[in-house]
Amino acid sequence: MSAPAPTAAAPRSSAFGRATRSGGLALGVLIVVASIAAAVAAPWIAPFDPNAQDVLLVLSPPDTVHPLGTDAFGRDVLSRILWGARISLYVGFVATLAGVVIGTVIGVVSGYYGGLVDRLVVAATDVLLSFPQLIMGLLLVAVLGASLTNLIIAIAVTAVPAFIRMARGSTMAMRERDFVDACRALGYSDMRIMFLHVLPNILDELVVMASLWLATAIRTESTLAFIGLSVPPPTSTWGGIVREGFDNLLDAPWMSIFPSLAILAVMIGLNLIGDGLRDATDPRSPQ
Amino acid sequence: MLRFVIKRLILAIPTLWAVLTTVFVLVRVVPGDPTIAILGDQASEGARAELRDKLGLSKPILAQYVDFMSQILTGDLGRSLSTNRPIADDVLAVLPYTIELTLAALVVGTVLGVPLGVLAAKNRNGFADWFARIFSLAGVSFPAFVSGILLLLVFAVELRWFPVISSANAADPVERLRALVLPALNLGLLMVAYVTRVTRSGMLKALSEDYVRTARAKGLPYRTVVWRHAFRNVLVPIVTVVGLYLGVLIGNAVLTEIVFNRPGIGKLIVTALNQRDYSLLQGLMVVSAFAIVLANILTDLTYGLVDPRVKTQ
Repeated sequence: MSAPAPTAAAPRSSAFGRATRSGGLALGVLIVVASIAAAVAAPWIAPFDPNAQDVLLVLSPPDTVHPLGTDAFGRDVLSRILWGARISLYVGFVATLAGVVIGTVIGVVSGYYGGLVDRLVVAATDVLLSFPQLIMGLLLVAVLGASLTNLIIAIAVTAVPAFIRMARGSTMAMRERDFVDACRALGYSDMRIMFLHVLPNILDELVVMASLWLATAIRTESTLAFIGLSVPPPTSTWGGIVREGFDNLLDAPWMSIFPSLAILAVMIGLNLIGDGLRDATDPRSPQ
Repeated sequence: MLRFVIKRLILAIPTLWAVLTTVFVLVRVVPGDPTIAILGDQASEGARAELRDKLGLSKPILAQYVDFMSQILTGDLGRSLSTNRPIADDVLAVLPYTIELTLAALVVGTVLGVPLGVLAAKNRNGFADWFARIFSLAGVSFPAFVSGILLLLVFAVELRWFPVISSANAADPVERLRALVLPALNLGLLMVAYVTRVTRSGMLKALSEDYVRTARAKGLPYRTVVWRHAFRNVLVPIVTVVGLYLGVLIGNAVLTEIVFNRPGIGKLIVTALNQRDYSLLQGLMVVSAFAIVLANILTDLTYGLVDPRVKTQ
């Protein structure tokens, strides 16, 4: 029989202190920064042209020349992963950023003013959120057509309702606070109050959610690419490389395993960052 | 209870209407001509006009909307563009496989996730806790197709414990179950992660409550206090999370079916995409929409079961 651990009275500390004390956050930042660095440096560090075919070296297992092997066209898998990272991460970052900005602006305005528009926004958000994010993205890319811009649009659209809901809720809580009354008494415009006073106060929650959404966005992109909805060939994103390898899974498992591990590493890194930031900004979260 | 069920069903009607309208709008607001997307830009004007008639796109938008809604009300999802078979038939043929997979994943998620979360909370910062945290981090990080491929390589290709080619429609129940194990584990992994997390944090909170201390002070065994007192209060957040992620599960079922080559809605979606079969795709979205609304209703009804206060509200 074990007794429940006593809830230790943790010493009060800053959010920064709590964040840095958890090794997870540091590890997450390390993984994500390394991935971004590898993507940025791809033109210099990739050993081969990612699209250069070598018919004599088709499906060759990992060796010293091709550390991660070659694919069905004799293309170097390592180089393809490094170049693919550029698109996978780019789509994830831009789509998340667009989703955060659009969702936050709508959410803050809707929560600040309330009224009929607010009720319509809430109803629309509820309906959009009732679709699984992946199915929604899939439908959008399928009807828009698969291209870099459309992928970004589709993934951003799936992120918008989540950020509307969150920004709206936080804004409504802020609206009741004294400092907003003070701003009104000083005669500040609504715009100024919303974006210079309310927004900075809800920013930490938005950052936490954005870091978790970044993982979702990159996962959605790789998933859509795996289903076959991605940028046109020969360029491939991580999910697309896994897809190419999946057809040869039994003969050449390295083709799917290595890009899969790349996706997994970035997912773990971003989730570590998200969880670490959430624990740091929310002292109530049980840790 | 019956009144609660009826009330909940009536409340679902406007949601369903809104969701179906969204599908209708999404498929039609898209810029560009769907006939070009389907036939390619080399198609003759005559062929495109014919297709437009066939899709009902030459009618005014409001008439299309009325057609769409009245068809769905009568259980008609239209005909597939590529095979000309009724979509409802195609969907019904594979739906049991997807339902079987989703339910199995739900069972995996709760049967593994709940004890793991309780154990982690009981041994806070102990080994079980660390294991639960690392496991749930991995669970939320794995895209469903990545975990599927790794499971397939390890347990089917290397260890040969399970078939590589799924025989989901085998007549032999043992064979059918064997084919279900890996896909269900794969789909359940994410559920395990979320259920573990919410159980752990809920139990941590519940175990520090006064009523737990009182129960302990009365001399009740720790086991009884954990399961009969603390755990019952964590049921509501667990049901919330399970219900919330049922939607995610439906999305991930698509990927699991592709990786394990199982028949189901997921394979049908891929067929629709490859054939540019927009009617089939729209029909599948309608089916997903129904599934999600249904999942939400079931979640709400479960609240009524685990927390009697909900019914009386």
